Amino acid sequence: MIFFLPILVFAGILVALAVVLTVAERLLVNYGICKIDINAGDRVLEIEGGQTLLSALIESKIFIPSGCGGRGSCGYCTITVVSGGGAVLPTETPFLTRSQVRSGVRLACQVKVREDLAVRIPEELLNVQLFTATVENVRRLTHDMVETRFELKEPAEIEQRPGQYVQLQAPSPEGPVFRAYSISSPAYATGIVELVVRLVPGGIGSTYAHSLKEGDPIALTGPYGEFRLSEDPDVEIVCIGGGSGMAPLKNILFSVCERWPNRKCWLFFGCRSARDVFYLDEFRELAKKNPNFRVIYALSDHDPWDGEWDGETGFIHVSVDKHLEAGDVKRHAFLCGPPPMIEAVMKVLDEKGFEEDDIFYDKF
Amino acid sequence: MAEVSPLVILVAAIFTNNILLANFLGMCSFLAVSKRIDTAAGLGAAVIFVTTFTTAINYGIYHHVLVPMGLTFLSYIIFITVIAAFVQFVEMFVERFSPVLYHALGIFLPLITVNCAILGVSLFMIIRNYTFMQSIAFGFGGGVGWTLAIILIAGLRQKMRYSIVPVPFRGVAIAMVITGVMAMTFMGFAGMVTIQ
Repeated sequence: MIFFLPILVFAGILVALAVVLTVAERLLVNYGICKIDINAGDRVLEIEGGQTLLSALIESKIFIPSGCGGRGSCGYCTITVVSGGGAVLPTETPFLTRSQVRSGVRLACQVKVREDLAVRIPEELLNVQLFTATVENVRRLTHDMVETRFELKEPAEIEQRPGQYVQLQAPSPEGPVFRAYSISSPAYATGIVELVVRLVPGGIGSTYAHSLKEGDPIALTGPYGEFRLSEDPDVEIVCIGGGSGMAPLKNILFSVCERWPNRKCWLFFGCRSARDVFYLDEFRELAKKNPNFRVIYALSDHDPWDGEWDGETGFIHVSVDKHLEAGDVKRHAFLCGPPPMIEAVMKVLDEKGFEEDDIFYDKF
Repeated sequence: MAEVSPLVILVAAIFTNNILLANFLGMCSFLAVSKRIDTAAGLGAAVIFVTTFTTAINYGIYHHVLVPMGLTFLSYIIFITVIAAFVQFVEMFVERFSPVLYHALGIFLPLITVNCAILGVSLFMIIRNYTFMQSIAFGFGGGVGWTLAIILIAGLRQKMRYSIVPVPFRGVAIAMVITGVMAMTFMGFAGMVTIQ
């Protein structure tokens, strides 16, 4: 008995504490059913309180973009909370500008649904769907880039605009996460989604994308992105990219040349060395069909030992400076590449007389 | 100890026997969360709440369960369990009623569980044979003393951002030096009241 008494007393106290905590949890953490009003009455969701706004919306098939899976580290899942979200949390402030905070923009993954909410979600995001697909083709482009084409199953077609992106669902130790990739297949190919992914050592999304084989089932959400291409065929299209920034440019150029076979467009693409060059043949083929399309690849780090190279050498902004003439033409520029490249190119474009509003870019 | 008024113990716990500056208990969160006054005050409030109530609960368990059964050797583990459970409760409470404070305190709220000041208060209560009222006064005073110390150092550290601190002293090092100076300053209260 003398041995059992301490154990019994200790266990008894533990049970008593557990009971108290369970009761407290019932009373404190239970928020009941909460209503989420989307776009002033467009749609009203009734969901279990206590979860985050992001997971509540995803549960109701509204796919807010989110790169990090709700940990508050990517800052993509911004939506406007009109009423009922509580105060902005310290975890959100690094991702929001002052004017965003004033107009009620929040990170959906940090807002907990504790009461009835009213939110505003752009129409575009309400059209985002969850696609299931299978891998149709995997093509190795360079030593670290792979082109993966998915055949859409359910729904079977995607309505995308050049420059938009999808989020690929990738497994991770903490459950599935989404990673954003620009769509590289042209907008007219509605039955497929093609991505160009560079392998980032240790990256969850790119490791997964590189491990995919033909026939593998995958899931993705999309399309995301508010970018719109100018519909005026007289506006010249100047695409400038580097490194892994090829995907959106390929989509833009193929879509443009399909719709306006004579529209004037440019592609400037910077690679490090000859072994990093890809898609050059495809673009030369495209240039044969569209006489007004010019392709310029430049190698920043050309080594003659890598083989023959008949293109430019040096940084890509130098090539842009050389080939693009300043003039009184309406041109739109699309930049996609590493930040130093974007900055160097922006300077050149400014000298060439581009308006700031006519330059669209994606830094990563 | 029965003859000492709870009020005296309250004052002593805040000033002369400050749990942090006299006993140097609860240093980890003291150094980690003392960069801004508002979070320091928030954590301090949580500590006051937890020390006051856990001393009361621990007093009840110790004197009405452990002593009659001769199980006083269990007091450490039981005190820790009670504190852990109570912190869980406070966490739920704070999350429900002040999400901003909840996020500001972040990981430090669950870390109150292992704040030695709180266990220290419960153990001093037994060593010094306090009565129930004295224990409550000591628990509350201990929490207030800890909060006072952390708010003082947070104020100093906020000002220190604008002063030139020699490189090797930046961060925790200068905070430790300041804590030492503050502890010596608090020794000035020594003659005011005495408890063992």
